Amino acid sequence: MKVLVPVKRVVDYNVKVRVKADGTGVETANVKMSMNPFDEIALEEAVRLKEAGKATEIIAVSCGVQASQETLRTALAIGADRAVLVQTDAELQPLAVAKLLCAVAKKENPTIVLMGKQAIDDDCNQTGQMFAALMGWAQGTFASKVIVDGDKVSVTREIDGGLETVSLKLPAAITVDLRLNEPRYVTLPNIMKAKKKPLEVLAPDALGVDITPRIATLKVEEPPKRKAGVKVPDAKTLVEKLKNEAKVIQ
Amino acid sequence: MTTSKPISIQSMLLSRRDLEFVLYELLHVDTLTTRPRYADHTRETFDAAIDVTAKIAEEQFATHNKKIDQNEPTFDGKRVMIIPEVKAALDAYCSAGLMAAAHDYELGGMQLPYVVTQACFAHINAANIATAAYPLLTTANANLINAWGSEEQKATYLPHLLSGRFFGTMCLTETQAGSSLADTRTRAEPQPDGGYRLYGSKMWISAGEHELSENIVHLVLAKIPGSPPGVKGISLFIAPKYLVHPDGSLGERNDISLAGLNHKMGYRGTVNTVLNFGEKGGAIASLVGKPNAGLAYMFHMMNEARIGVGLGAVMLGYTGYLHALDYARKRPQGRPASGKDPLQPQIPIVGHADVRRMLLAQKAYVEGGLALGLYCALLVDEQRTAESQDARREAGLLLDVLTPIAKAWPSQWCLEANSLAIQVHGGYGYSREYNVEQFYRDNRLNPIHEGTNGIQAIDLLGRKVGMEGGAALQVLERAIAHSARQARACPSPELQRFGEQLTAAFARVTEVTQKYQAARDRAYAQTALANAHVFLEMAGHVTVAWIWLRQALVAETRLARVESPDADFYRGKLQACRYFFRWELPKTEHWHRLLNEPDSTCEDMQDEWF
Repeated sequence: MKVLVPVKRVVDYNVKVRVKADGTGVETANVKMSMNPFDEIALEEAVRLKEAGKATEIIAVSCGVQASQETLRTALAIGADRAVLVQTDAELQPLAVAKLLCAVAKKENPTIVLMGKQAIDDDCNQTGQMFAALMGWAQGTFASKVIVDGDKVSVTREIDGGLETVSLKLPAAITVDLRLNEPRYVTLPNIMKAKKKPLEVLAPDALGVDITPRIATLKVEEPPKRKAGVKVPDAKTLVEKLKNEAKVIQ
Repeated sequence: MTTSKPISIQSMLLSRRDLEFVLYELLHVDTLTTRPRYADHTRETFDAAIDVTAKIAEEQFATHNKKIDQNEPTFDGKRVMIIPEVKAALDAYCSAGLMAAAHDYELGGMQLPYVVTQACFAHINAANIATAAYPLLTTANANLINAWGSEEQKATYLPHLLSGRFFGTMCLTETQAGSSLADTRTRAEPQPDGGYRLYGSKMWISAGEHELSENIVHLVLAKIPGSPPGVKGISLFIAPKYLVHPDGSLGERNDISLAGLNHKMGYRGTVNTVLNFGEKGGAIASLVGKPNAGLAYMFHMMNEARIGVGLGAVMLGYTGYLHALDYARKRPQGRPASGKDPLQPQIPIVGHADVRRMLLAQKAYVEGGLALGLYCALLVDEQRTAESQDARREAGLLLDVLTPIAKAWPSQWCLEANSLAIQVHGGYGYSREYNVEQFYRDNRLNPIHEGTNGIQAIDLLGRKVGMEGGAALQVLERAIAHSARQARACPSPELQRFGEQLTAAFARVTEVTQKYQAARDRAYAQTALANAHVFLEMAGHVTVAWIWLRQALVAETRLARVESPDADFYRGKLQACRYFFRWELPKTEHWHRLLNEPDSTCEDMQDEWF
């Protein structure tokens, strides 16, 4: 059973992001980048499936700039067997990524595609769902537990009201949530082994995918600074302000 | 003045930008990958190792630094209790393979250059120096066994030390024999089976008893009866807490018992013990190498051990500096000197010149210390792997003369940085709710252990500068002259001037050295040696001025080619260099006067007059 794990290179979660002066996006020059933490959890789950004898091969795939190779090397050090980079400098939106992943999945024929529920840079939470729909596969999103059993996989999902368990027919797409597992640290010997594992680079054109953005970004700006509060003399004034100024009650 | 926000990682341990500057722009550590031993490496593998260590430092070590300080290990007469976070952190450290980082692939290692292992370990030191002591000691212990142990000893202990299944200690000191190891009394009685049994008591043994690892491997200095008096009669032994069977399984408990714990000012998480050997018939031990060569084996590792202590001191200073900087940028207090309108909001204290003075001093000490420590670590690699025999010899000589400085300078000045970090915090810095007072207490050990700074001073003036006819000092002189020439050729008139000042300052070191050498055994030499600490300070400040000039020369070149915000990084380097040359280097002129006369005020003081 092959498992495909898409991983995204994002601004490291410790970095305080800054909006570029020209308002076209956020500053990424000289900023530490790392693997999207949700994807790290997905990869950890794949490695555990392999260690449990359920998966036979793990393929990490990333879409983006050449430097994403570093992220893939990390994936190989964590335990992926080989890696694929769909390399492009163009802006990639979730639909384009979903299509690229479809093209890779059709080449590789994985039984499970495991990925983060969202990336911490744009927080879209779309790629997994779009991918499953395009493939015509079952999907289990926000997974906090994954049990593979024969030709089925049981996925426990974190939903607003609590936990929901769904049983999916394989092949399936699973997007993972924070509480699925705690990813391991890369080990030094595995960093060296990762260097020798294969990393294939493909172009979007070669996969026959049109990655043109469908959504235009008009402007990126910092969220407004929180203003200082005011003291109100009594409850009546407070209710008035909540009604007329904040407009949070009617 | 404008305050630029930190743009990259907000680590409170170590600036990754600075680390990369030192490793790749100043020291060109990536060129080590041309050496056969490191041929499989690239900058990416170095960075990946640093990344994982930094992550473990942030997530496993820093998180219990305060808790272990407030809950030090206890002993109930039977067992030593340590909060569980310590073992969790060390397990993460060991499973990542960090204990074996520098060792051969065959031993589960990564064959990392020494300088890269030190860059990695810097994060662990900054995160939690007390918990860091366990792997530090175990690594040193493993290195010693690897260098001098028999094949059987290596097979018995090395794999388990490198995997973290066993931890190690260094048992040197006894109550009556601290700096004076010649007075070691622990006795090693030869046994009919070729082994030995140890009898005696060892003091200040860090990591001497705990349950963090399955076994503890003690390296013990002891005397075999009939051996020569003094240091020439000291031998080195391995004595494990539990005897080890040939298959690696553990046998019965050895006759080594915990007499009690010592309670220290800092480093509280490192359990510190008094160990009794041979209360019940003798602790079973095996001799390392030849009899009476114990101290030589220990000293073989001394350069690395002392550079390690220096870097530990640097990192405590470094994290303190980052804490102070963060606080100064966030703490509003007072108004600008130019306009004290009470209706205006308060400004962050980094806006006050005196706070910037204290921050700049810290920056100059800790970044200077880091570059010095990593440069010395690179010399260890050069000594081992440089292409020509001459280059290896030169690196070894430089290392010999710089080691006392690399140990003592940071333990004096990065401790001062910790004091300034408290000062920046004001009253809050003196309270235990903030972190900086702990850094100061922890760092206060570093001028004391691994050879007190007084011992380092005597080592430098009494031995190192004169060794091999002054060869080591000459190598240093050539290296400094090379940088001074570069400075003279650079377009900045200021750096040209600093180059001249450095040459003049080094000439003062040479002058005192030559006078001391020429006067051996006479009154001048005796008084100069009495003032050895001033010599150590002078040589240290001149060396760090050199390190700062080298950093400034790189920054000057790069500044011409980069855009903001990286330009601010290089401007910061230039400003810290300026600070060092204007505020610090001139101190050496006074120290030189004390040595040149030489001043005998301290030497002449009589016990009865106190």
